[in-house]
Amino acid sequence: MSTEARKPPPQIALKIRRILGGKAGWNGVAVQFAFAAILGWISYEIVSNARANLENQHIAAGFGFLRNNAGFDVNQTLISYTGSDTFLRVFVVGLLNTLVVSVVGIVFATLIGFIVALCRLSPNWLLSRVGEIYVELIRNLPLLFQILFWYLAVLAALPNPRQSISLFGIAFISNRGLVVPSPIGERGLEPFLAMLALGIVAALVLRFYARRALFQEGRMIRIWPYVLGLLFGLPLAAMLVFGLPFTFELPQLKGFNFAGGARIIPEFVALTLALSTYTAAFIAEIVRAGILSVHSGQMEAGASLGLSRGATLRLIVVPQAMRVIVPPLTNQYLNLTKNSSLAVAIGYPDLVSVFAGTSLSQTGQAIEIIAMTMGIYLLISLLTSAVMSVYGWRVSRSLGA
Amino acid sequence: MSDIASSSFVRRDLLTERPAPVKTTGFVGLMRTRLFNSPTNILLTIVGALLLWFTIVPSVRFLMVDAVWSGKDRTACLAENAGFAVGACWPYIQAKLPQLIYGFYPEAERWRVNLTFVLAVVLLVPMLVPRLPAKGLNAGLFFLAFPVVAFFLLHGGGIKGFGVSWTADLLQLFDESIINAGQALLTLSKTSAVAPLLWIVGNFIVLVGTAIYWLIFPLTWLRDQLLGTGQSVWTDFAITAAIVSLIAFVLGGGVRTGGRALASNVATFIAIAVVIKLMGLDHGGLPVVATNLWGGLLVTLVVSVTGIVTSLPIGIALALGRRSTIPLIRIFSIAFIEFWRGVPLITVLFFATYMLPLFLPGNFTVDGLVRALIGIALFTGAYQAENVRGGLAAIPRGQGEAAAALGLSWWKTTSLIVLPQALRHVIPNLVNSFISLFKDTSLVSIVALFDLLGSLRASFSDPKWSTPSTAFTGFAFAGIIYFLFCFGMSRYSLFVEHRLNAHRRN
Repeated sequence: MSTEARKPPPQIALKIRRILGGKAGWNGVAVQFAFAAILGWISYEIVSNARANLENQHIAAGFGFLRNNAGFDVNQTLISYTGSDTFLRVFVVGLLNTLVVSVVGIVFATLIGFIVALCRLSPNWLLSRVGEIYVELIRNLPLLFQILFWYLAVLAALPNPRQSISLFGIAFISNRGLVVPSPIGERGLEPFLAMLALGIVAALVLRFYARRALFQEGRMIRIWPYVLGLLFGLPLAAMLVFGLPFTFELPQLKGFNFAGGARIIPEFVALTLALSTYTAAFIAEIVRAGILSVHSGQMEAGASLGLSRGATLRLIVVPQAMRVIVPPLTNQYLNLTKNSSLAVAIGYPDLVSVFAGTSLSQTGQAIEIIAMTMGIYLLISLLTSAVMSVYGWRVSRSLGA
Repeated sequence: MSDIASSSFVRRDLLTERPAPVKTTGFVGLMRTRLFNSPTNILLTIVGALLLWFTIVPSVRFLMVDAVWSGKDRTACLAENAGFAVGACWPYIQAKLPQLIYGFYPEAERWRVNLTFVLAVVLLVPMLVPRLPAKGLNAGLFFLAFPVVAFFLLHGGGIKGFGVSWTADLLQLFDESIINAGQALLTLSKTSAVAPLLWIVGNFIVLVGTAIYWLIFPLTWLRDQLLGTGQSVWTDFAITAAIVSLIAFVLGGGVRTGGRALASNVATFIAIAVVIKLMGLDHGGLPVVATNLWGGLLVTLVVSVTGIVTSLPIGIALALGRRSTIPLIRIFSIAFIEFWRGVPLITVLFFATYMLPLFLPGNFTVDGLVRALIGIALFTGAYQAENVRGGLAAIPRGQGEAAAALGLSWWKTTSLIVLPQALRHVIPNLVNSFISLFKDTSLVSIVALFDLLGSLRASFSDPKWSTPSTAFTGFAFAGIIYFLFCFGMSRYSLFVEHRLNAHRRN
């Protein structure tokens, strides 16, 4: 008589219970019902109150206002905008201004952050102390304080345009902002740009080819002279054939203000300065922690393989440090983008300032406007975290392989 | 033998002394090893020294050497009167100091603000020193009792009832809302396509509401009786104390083990009674100071302390919710946390200022300060939830399993075993969040609350003190205050981290 393995009891009921109520089982289902009832009650209260309040205050509802004329001016626009454009265009103008200040801020913050991190890691005692003082001072003061400091104290103390500070005679700083030469496209612009793009693409293809040769056949190809030649030679050749791609229009002092050139409004200068120096302090700490996280044995191992110090850093230490640095660095970039909303305090026309500020006070449609503003920021941060989780997945895959 | 003796060598005379090795410690050693040991390093040292020279020296000159220390108005701080290029204008700070600390808080009532500051320090310092005992009692006083006392001290006003009245009011409000919702459904059912279904649901909700009405009827009746008597606060207090103590006694284990719970309960109620009597809350309390008169450092501290006290429970609840296996609670917690972490604080404050009033019943106005506080509490709560979740993840599963093996319920496992360990793990992270919260409180100045930065900005527009150096002086002063608070907190967090990791040091 053979004994066969007994069939396991049916699991369907248990599985359903687990899915519906978690570990708590039917109790969990009951808790969920109670929770859903409370949520439903709260949302009912919110909707009914909002409807009653809007009716009492004679505020229109819905997104129809986006097609109405805005009727106010914005003092920095990337796309053409006049007071007779719609609120939807105001939204786009504000969003573009936010993105511009964020991108410029991110570039400068990364630069300053890496420099400060190198200072802090330097074997020189004095320089590392200077870096430490910078980080401690900047991190322990509120960002809004720094923005107002640059805007109300430093930029306001600058002289008026007639006595403005000249930077090599081409750019001028005054209390009305920064005036820089503006580029004007010439006949040779299109071939120049085409050759530049071609050079970049060719350099990337060359790099891909060289890496494949290295990884698959073990051949080391020296490509940097060709890359330099492609990147600089092609545009230079285009310039020789077709003439200068663009000329600069220098700003000239005429009367009480500057004519010609491009004016960067002081709000932008103050905001970029404060955002980039503030975020740089955090980036410096991230970079420093990342480089310190690579075990010192890695450096010694590289040296024992006969690599030079620079090659060890470039090929061994930095790739490993980047793995630690990139996720928090992205987080800081995101923080900078969100912090650029503090522009409203000094009147830089960013999304919050022109849309959640001016447009809100003109239309009174708080619910729609604030929901749109929050939604855009939420979208940006969710996209960033999605990209970061893909990156994390790739890093963990490459580590596992 | 002689062989060895001939080949061996024994020195018979002393060697001349060698010079001492190069000193590598002390200031000279530092200079040799870390400042001037190579040409590159010498260059870097010069660069560093120049950087310091061009920042530190002008700052010191501005703050100390060239500063004006006394005067009545702006004339004292003008270069033509002082006779030199004027640095900081300290008399301006002296004149504006009350405004920077209290805002427009009435001068006769400022002792209340001072008393609140003193109380906060007295409660906070023993909590921060790890060696002192009675952390539980201390935390209870700071997180529960202090906010209530501080509210009545700073805002003033008294109370009309106590536990019974409040519970009755709250339940009645809830019940009315339920019945309203049911009736709204019933009116909707007359026109809708799914009329019978809506009719059934609406009637059911109204039925539930009516049942609740009769369930809470004894409580509302008691409240109405109490309001009729002259001593409503004290009668209400006595009844609440009796009911709560009885519940504590029964839940604490009855005659066998309930004595302890009863004693602590009675002690709490006696303390509450003393506070009510001392502050005269039963007959009006202190004169009311509306929050639009508050300002300066007072608002900064009120916002940050309230944010700290309210965000921690929200954060713990959300972190537990996010780790829960119950689907709806988990999804809700994740969505809530990610939403608040994804938007900038300034939009949260705009939300609290412009959108929140629309969501509340029309007859229900919320103070501007309270609106900002709600926004900040939700925002910081989401960040604290992620901190607490990190701590919860660091606790080994074995802890929870061991508690389950001992027969502890989920609530007891969480509150007695897991949470205390998890929270201790993340104290440094929590303190770091508090630093950023403290810095972020400056944002309330954008929604028309005059915190330290807002008061400072307002004081710049005073023509009596407008000089070229006014703005720099004001920023220097506010900067020093912000720096002291934030730097102090960050050093404390380092200290705690060091202490927590003491076992890992080698």
